[in-house]
Amino acid sequence: MSASRTERLMNLLIMLLVQRHYLAKERIRELLYPDQGTEAFERMFERDKEALRALGVPIEVGALDAYFDDEVGYRISPAEFALPEIELDAEEASVIGLATRVWGHQRLAHATSEAVRKLRAAGIQTDLAALDIAQPQLGADEPGFDVVWDAVVERREIEFDYRRSAAGSAARRRLQPWGITRYAGRWYVVGHDLDRGERRVFRLSRVQGEVLAVGEPGAFEVPADVDLASVARALVPPRDGEPAVILARTDRALPLRRRATRVETGVPGPDARTGWDRVHLPGTGSLADDVLALGDHVVVEAPASLREEVRARLVAAVGARAGGAP
Amino acid sequence: MSGAQDQVARLLTLVPMVHAHGALSLGEAAEALGVSPDQVLRDLRVLFMCGLPGGLPDDLIDVDIDALEGERGKARPEALIRLGNVSYLARPLRLTPVEASAIGVALQALRLQAEPDTAAIIDRVAAKLAAAAASAPVRITPDPVAPAEPAALGPVRAALESGRQLELVYYVPARDERSVRVVDPHALATFDGQTYLDAWCHAAEGARWFRLDRIEDATVLDSPVTTAAGTGRPGSEGLFGDGDTRTVTLRLGPRAHWVVEYYPVLAQRPVPDDPDDPAQAGRLDVDLEVADPGWLTHLLLRLAPNASVIDPPELDAVFREAAASSLRLYTDPPRTLDPPPTTP
Repeated sequence: MSASRTERLMNLLIMLLVQRHYLAKERIRELLYPDQGTEAFERMFERDKEALRALGVPIEVGALDAYFDDEVGYRISPAEFALPEIELDAEEASVIGLATRVWGHQRLAHATSEAVRKLRAAGIQTDLAALDIAQPQLGADEPGFDVVWDAVVERREIEFDYRRSAAGSAARRRLQPWGITRYAGRWYVVGHDLDRGERRVFRLSRVQGEVLAVGEPGAFEVPADVDLASVARALVPPRDGEPAVILARTDRALPLRRRATRVETGVPGPDARTGWDRVHLPGTGSLADDVLALGDHVVVEAPASLREEVRARLVAAVGARAGGAP
Repeated sequence: MSGAQDQVARLLTLVPMVHAHGALSLGEAAEALGVSPDQVLRDLRVLFMCGLPGGLPDDLIDVDIDALEGERGKARPEALIRLGNVSYLARPLRLTPVEASAIGVALQALRLQAEPDTAAIIDRVAAKLAAAAASAPVRITPDPVAPAEPAALGPVRAALESGRQLELVYYVPARDERSVRVVDPHALATFDGQTYLDAWCHAAEGARWFRLDRIEDATVLDSPVTTAAGTGRPGSEGLFGDGDTRTVTLRLGPRAHWVVEYYPVLAQRPVPDDPDDPAQAGRLDVDLEVADPGWLTHLLLRLAPNASVIDPPELDAVFREAAASSLRLYTDPPRTLDPPPTTP
């Protein structure tokens, strides 16, 4: 750790913060970098500004003279620098404390903790006790997650290789990322696809290789009517549909039984090899794949449409020649 | 982030913290910042050298370092931090956009699982934070439906921590049955939204991945684990392991292409389209290493009729027979027989 660099960063920050006017670069050099040659000064000054900006310090650049814009100066506006007053009552403060436990993603867990430290530093007493809420754990294993998150926050365009389906080849996509949403443990980025000229949703786990942020921050505006919650709902498989009734052999079809609203045991079945139970299922979208996978352990009673779909697929499978048309 | 940058970040939080609390001890500050009291003392020694340009005594920040130092310059955690000449740093920095979005999404995630009363509190907090944020709100939303934590997680963690064996009641989809087995738990892993237990299975005498949501019951045994982690390559039930595996070539219609993403295929080859038969376009041949023919039949039934076995042909016959066996249950009109008599 370099104490002298910390000292210089703090002094630069304080100097720019207490100024009411833009401070000329030459003056900054005299006061804080007196022993540096021009080249070394330029390099150090750039790095120091970047370090402060990365912490969220808003360094403004402006022309020193209204008539000549070739000489620039720097300042930090106290109003932009400081956290505004926030009043939280005891209950509200305890919610803030809980928020620090949500993220399972290291960088965002750290960012949340930093945010909470700042709020505490502003005098908010965050109590970690009380409030009985289940603790959700938000993870994010997708390699491109951090870059996409930053791009959404900064409104920068991104590029990445994307595989639409498992078998397809990856294609380069250019996107204005409007937002990120998550469903069933997976993250999706929603945005304007620059090549297709339309809104698109991409699953981050299907991104191949690195995500690249390109161009300047603030490159686009997010349309005001974009509702990520509705996009997320559209990703949810339909949960409506008719309730289904399935006959299952005794002790079989456990995944279906787990979702059952009611099970009648020891009912008559299509054969006498085993006992049968009648399993009542709520409307859960198409069950055909799940029923087929259970083979001759189950048979659909109702609705007629599901029974017919399963039967037709079995007929097609039995009829197809080996090595022939699947 | 460099050490200097971290130190600046801490100081920009520490100074307003001391201001807000009036009297704050070195130990309390260290705890709030997540560092040691000695580190806070080092930070304050640097702060002591900072201040307004000019270099006059009144320009520098005033820190009572002597009061914080014990023997040989060690920190005294109980000592109170006193600062002067530093009112321009009395407020903490604004939240950065990443911090604001991270805490915002965390609050949304809490809200999804909260009772209505608590949800109302969370809404108030989110509104106040948004009003104080430097930037426009960022559109990031967590799960609309938060997945439930598998019930087996508690006992599995307990067994991992204590190094003891687990008895699992595990559902095996390929055979559609429950199995009971004793395993040595070694690690938890998540993949594509699912949590798995990496364990040595004493029934199969091999390393296995167990999907947590398929563990129906888990009991921590008194017996300690007898194998070391990393003994053998863990296989998922049926796909690998169990000794002999064989390479199987499947032909997949477009609706079955997801198989390539789900299972580790060895090779894939597009099947040339037949111009006379457009209904068969977009087929794909894939090679898959299969240990358990039962697992393969289960997969093919789920995909029916969009997949078939090219090689070896006898496995295709097994699948056709399984489909025919299922089909025999679909008589028209539905036939029902009374259950077999149960022995008293």
